[in-house]
Amino acid sequence: MTWTLPLTFLLPLAGTLILAFSGARLGRRGTTWVGVTSVALAALVTALLAHHYLAAPEARTLTLWRWIAVGDFQPTIGLRLDGLSLTLLGVITGVGLLIHWFAAWYMQGEEGVTRFYAYMNLFVASMVLLVLGDNLLLLFLGWEGVGLCSYLLIGHYYRTAANVRAAFKAFLVTRIGDAFLAIGLFLLFRELGTLNIAEILQRAPERWSAGDPLVELAALLLLGGALGKSAQLPLHTWLADAMAGPTPVSALIHAATMVTAGVYLVARLHGVFLLAPAVLWLTGVIGALTLLAAGFAALAQTDIKRVLAYSTMSQIGYMFLALGVAGFEAAIFHLMTHAFFKALLFLSAGAVIVGCHHEQDIRRLGGLWRRLPLAYVGFLVGGAALAALPLVTAGFYSKDAILWQALAAGHGALLLAGLLGSLLTSLYLLRLIVGIFHGEAGSEGARRAEAGQGLAHGLPLVVLALLSTFLGAWLEPPLGSVLPAPHEGSEGWHLALELLAGGVALLGIALGAWLFLNRRAWLADVAARGLGARLWRLWHHAWGFDAAYERLLVRPYRGLVSGLRHDAIDALGLLPARLAWWLHVALSRTQGGKLRLYAVSMVVGATLILLVMAVAA
Amino acid sequence: MELAFYASGLVAVLATLRVITSTNPIHALLYLIVSLLAVALVFFALGAPFAGALEVIVYAGAIMVLFVFVVMMLNLNAAVTARERAWLGPRTWVGPSVLAALLLVVLLATLQHGDIGRVIEGDTLTAKAVGMVLFGPWLVVVELVAMLLLAALVTASHVGRSVSREADSGRDGA
Amino acid sequence: MNGVPMAHGLVLAAVLFTLGLAGLMFRRNMIFMLLSLEIMLNAAGLAFIVAGMAWDQAEGQAMFLLVITLAAAEASVGLALLNQLYRRFKTLDIDTASGMRG
Repeated sequence: MTWTLPLTFLLPLAGTLILAFSGARLGRRGTTWVGVTSVALAALVTALLAHHYLAAPEARTLTLWRWIAVGDFQPTIGLRLDGLSLTLLGVITGVGLLIHWFAAWYMQGEEGVTRFYAYMNLFVASMVLLVLGDNLLLLFLGWEGVGLCSYLLIGHYYRTAANVRAAFKAFLVTRIGDAFLAIGLFLLFRELGTLNIAEILQRAPERWSAGDPLVELAALLLLGGALGKSAQLPLHTWLADAMAGPTPVSALIHAATMVTAGVYLVARLHGVFLLAPAVLWLTGVIGALTLLAAGFAALAQTDIKRVLAYSTMSQIGYMFLALGVAGFEAAIFHLMTHAFFKALLFLSAGAVIVGCHHEQDIRRLGGLWRRLPLAYVGFLVGGAALAALPLVTAGFYSKDAILWQALAAGHGALLLAGLLGSLLTSLYLLRLIVGIFHGEAGSEGARRAEAGQGLAHGLPLVVLALLSTFLGAWLEPPLGSVLPAPHEGSEGWHLALELLAGGVALLGIALGAWLFLNRRAWLADVAARGLGARLWRLWHHAWGFDAAYERLLVRPYRGLVSGLRHDAIDALGLLPARLAWWLHVALSRTQGGKLRLYAVSMVVGATLILLVMAVAA
Repeated sequence: MELAFYASGLVAVLATLRVITSTNPIHALLYLIVSLLAVALVFFALGAPFAGALEVIVYAGAIMVLFVFVVMMLNLNAAVTARERAWLGPRTWVGPSVLAALLLVVLLATLQHGDIGRVIEGDTLTAKAVGMVLFGPWLVVVELVAMLLLAALVTASHVGRSVSREADSGRDGA
Repeated sequence: MNGVPMAHGLVLAAVLFTLGLAGLMFRRNMIFMLLSLEIMLNAAGLAFIVAGMAWDQAEGQAMFLLVITLAAAEASVGLALLNQLYRRFKTLDIDTASGMRG
């Protein structure tokens, strides 16, 4: 069955090619059919692969061909299927299929459907390549491929300048991370002589002892790449703006799959990171800071999708926290459940946005729970999972695993950050749900809201809602053979932590419900004056990172560039051009059609020649 | 014979000076004819009667009459003369004159290097001798000159034709 | 006095030539420019005659014949151009015909 492995990315790639070369000749139905079917077939292949893998759980590799041969550098197009890549593969094709299907409903009446599906299929193909590649070069190919698709899809509505800027920003910021990653790969290759992941994991402990400066540096560079892709501090600024794309894109790329690629990278190269304790600690700290900062920022957003974007950052912060305490399994588990419930939330948000005629400001929505019942259920289930409502939701089990790993590894501060984060999560979630579905509608679009119809609208929401409950937590990823064993601890402490975390989540929900259902006027009053207003502004602009980067990086760079435009060296380089120009001006003066000037110059010439002759003779 | 040479040479120089400084085209033409006749006299004085006759007949006769005809066709009046005078300020002529004087000096200096010690006796070289040269060894050159005249004839009749429509389009294209 | 020194004849030719050249340079009226050209050609012919007579050669006068033919051709073409200039610009000012923006 291993031979079917390439089909997982070849099928979406074929979809891309068919759509790209059809040039919109297929029509709306045909385009949608091709786009969804290619991913559906890939999902089918994945299911078959999973069936076979679970029957005999051992890693399988398949080398298609040798990619390049330059001396010792001989990377292959090789695929590796193990528990980790299978988990990611399932998420990508499974959630990807549901989102593609939902997009068939979402994109009806939108322009550029062919473009949309071609890029979405290309994204799935690149992402599959990213997780299946058995060497880092192939991973990097997929990594850049998903970055490209992200850029293209953020700028889907390219006629609005702000969207194009958002796409550009996402591309540039992730590029910084990609540069780190590329340098990290160079370093690994120079030190270990290979980019094959299995060989790296095998050779790294032989070559380096724990805490060696070189391995710390390599891990730091890899972490830089992961931070850029996964929108963590300080390279997180692009994700909120990336919501300019269509909502299915936000669901698939900017919530469920691509942004978690950084988590996958760190988990995949856990052997390197375990040798670099300082970087691992830094990973956890960054995760904790991001989850708190993004949680506060999510409290003060007015756009549905921006709330969800900051929530995504916050949840990926949890995953990085888990990575930082070496709880790789917990991180991947949370990655999976997060993909389910965040996709559900985004798709429900898409249902609300389309239902309300593209109104996505929560201040102008409200009272929609009667009109959009399915979206309401989607938000409730997804929100419960996000807030980690105890026992019944998938989010509870994965988040609990993370917190437990933090406790078991003895990182008390990180544990506290995680608990505070879950309180924030409950608060911003309640604010979002109450804002959309309760109270009074604030705009005409919300009052005339129409619920979506059809299988493409309903089925993905229902399936994702089911996966967001404890049913999703039953899908335990088979990671034991790939990742190091999780930390062990006493069961008593674990139970106590579960109770505490559940209590915090319930407390947050209760507090949020009380605040946002009963005390809205008081809240608005607090947010409008004094310290409250200042905090609101700070959080609304997500701690002012954009402004700070603008002031610290963009403007000085622009100043430098405009200075370099007129520097001395450039002037020297322009000298020949200037000289040619002056000569041209002077010479064209002599060809002005003034006949007498011609005569004079002839006489001067003749005089000079005769003079030379007279002197010489 | 020497006297004839120097006197007519002086007349030629003075008349030429008046040609280039005159403001009236007709006067200038007449001065030029005087100058050409004086040069013809120089030829006679030097003993080249064939050349002198040609000078009178072809130059002073045919070519200058052509000039006179053309000048008569143009509508020249007192305004033209006044404008010529305005164009002939010192600023206009001092520079070129200095330049020309410089060239003259250089020319004369160059002359010093040549073999110029010979004296012209004034013995007549007859038209027969000239004809023997022209229709002997120089026959091809004479043919070429005939071609040149034909080409000039065609060019002049082409350039000088009057097509008003083309004149207009020519101005637009200019 | 017995005969004319060749140098005097050549000096006369040079003086006439430079006078024509000066006229060519400082006149703006096309008629005068053509006249100056005739003067210069005539001076060249004079130089040929002087040199031919100094060596008692008939080639000098033959050459003068060529020069005079050239002058005739030049005058006919030049006058045709003058005619066109006057027809198109209603003036004989040679500078008006400088259409090139140098």
